[in-house]
Amino acid sequence: MALITCQNLCLGYDGQEILHGLSFKVNSGDYLCIVGENGSGKSTLMRTILGLQKPLAGQILTGDGLRISEIGYLPQQTPVQKDFPASVREVVLSGFEGSCRWRPFYTKAEKQRAEDNIRSMGIEHLTARCYRELSGGQQQRVLLARALCATSKLLFLDEPVSGLDPKVTAEMYDLIEKLNREQGITIIMISHDIDAALRYASLVLHIGDRVFFGNREAYRSSGIANLFVKGGVTG
Amino acid sequence: MTAVLEKLALYWQYPFVRYALAVGVLISLCSSLLGVTLVLKRFSFIGDGLSHVAFGAMAIASVLHLTNDMPLVLLITILSAILLLRAGQNAKIKGDAMVAMISVGALAIGYLLMNLFSPSGNLSGDVCSTLFGSTSILTLTKTEVRLCAALSVLVVAAFVFFYHKVFAVTFDESFAAATGVKTKVYNFIIAVIIAVIIVLAMNLVGSLLISALVIFPALSAMRAFKSFRSVTVYSAVLSIFCSLLGILISILAGTPVGSTIVAVDIVLFFVFSALGRILGGVHA
Repeated sequence: MALITCQNLCLGYDGQEILHGLSFKVNSGDYLCIVGENGSGKSTLMRTILGLQKPLAGQILTGDGLRISEIGYLPQQTPVQKDFPASVREVVLSGFEGSCRWRPFYTKAEKQRAEDNIRSMGIEHLTARCYRELSGGQQQRVLLARALCATSKLLFLDEPVSGLDPKVTAEMYDLIEKLNREQGITIIMISHDIDAALRYASLVLHIGDRVFFGNREAYRSSGIANLFVKGGVTG
Repeated sequence: MTAVLEKLALYWQYPFVRYALAVGVLISLCSSLLGVTLVLKRFSFIGDGLSHVAFGAMAIASVLHLTNDMPLVLLITILSAILLLRAGQNAKIKGDAMVAMISVGALAIGYLLMNLFSPSGNLSGDVCSTLFGSTSILTLTKTEVRLCAALSVLVVAAFVFFYHKVFAVTFDESFAAATGVKTKVYNFIIAVIIAVIIVLAMNLVGSLLISALVIFPALSAMRAFKSFRSVTVYSAVLSIFCSLLGILISILAGTPVGSTIVAVDIVLFFVFSALGRILGGVHA
């Protein structure tokens, strides 16, 4: 069974529909990139799959024994975080909160795993630093380390490279690809960046006026990507 | 200096002074704990709104001639906290407008009720002490001190127990909810704790000045400290320090307790802002 199956999803706010009849499947180990114009409902789709809002109609099924507490998420940064006094260690550890339930403290094993994730993101020298003083790329690595504390199976990324310079963007993509290849973590990523989608993703979901779901070769030959790029729609 | 110490020693013999200091420490400890969360979650206006509600509730209690008004005030404030929190999430009237409506409404109705059914002849004195807590801290009965102590212990215990959850919900509510944290439950708990703190703090500084007690220590600590834990610990320390100093000054100089404490808080905030700038703790 697929890790995530969406059947005939209708999405929107306050009864207003922005997407309907959406069906797709994501299997374990896939790397899915969701692309589409601004306002086409990419973030709404992700928030719906994550259970942060309800679909207007349709179903979202999880398979392979996936529980909600096993999903990692890299949301877009919020204004609150710009002034938040928190050390990198505190932020990363908070990734375990979902699996804590009523337990008030983190276990030794969780602390160790947090250290490991910090190291795997290459930010161990920043562990005691204050989150708000880091650069954009460093902050994204911290949030990625936190997401890894929440999951070893499935990672949702909402525009992980927005606001980063080209060099840091490339590093971020490499990091994500490594997680997918070496640790077998399934990736579902929202992106404005069609080029990146065509380079890294195994599957592409294009939403908007025309909807496409399939592997990247099919997407490339479908011509929808060209339309999108020609339309001049960028971040 | 010896004159000051002698005067303090003299006052120390009076139980009401000891009560005031003990209650002051407890209340300032509690009120500082959730300050960071309130400031960062943009909840500070809810705290302000609730304090007005508490004033209205107090007015109702005094109209009903209740000898111990705290349970009723507590109940009404907690219910309002829950109402405001729900209003902030899904309502046709926007959250901040709702807060303004409820808080100003409670203030007006409270004053109206006190005017119509005032039990004592000294109306403006009653209103003033409810709003600014001018003397109430020095007139606490033993029962009220016990109730204060019990509620404080409860607040501190709840905060310690939910510390990591409060952090997760404050830092990134979407992430927390997506990874299975019951954010609604914790927001609810935070709202109830805020309500309890406000009712407690009303005794110390009066309902108009409560927000200052909640927010200033947190803001001061945020200027100079860089982790959530150190900010929380130091805002508690600063808050207790300011309250003790404020109470002592007010006893010695005969100034109103609430506003003196808040004045000390304000001075400390500027000191820490300067300190933060020097240490580079805050990027402009």
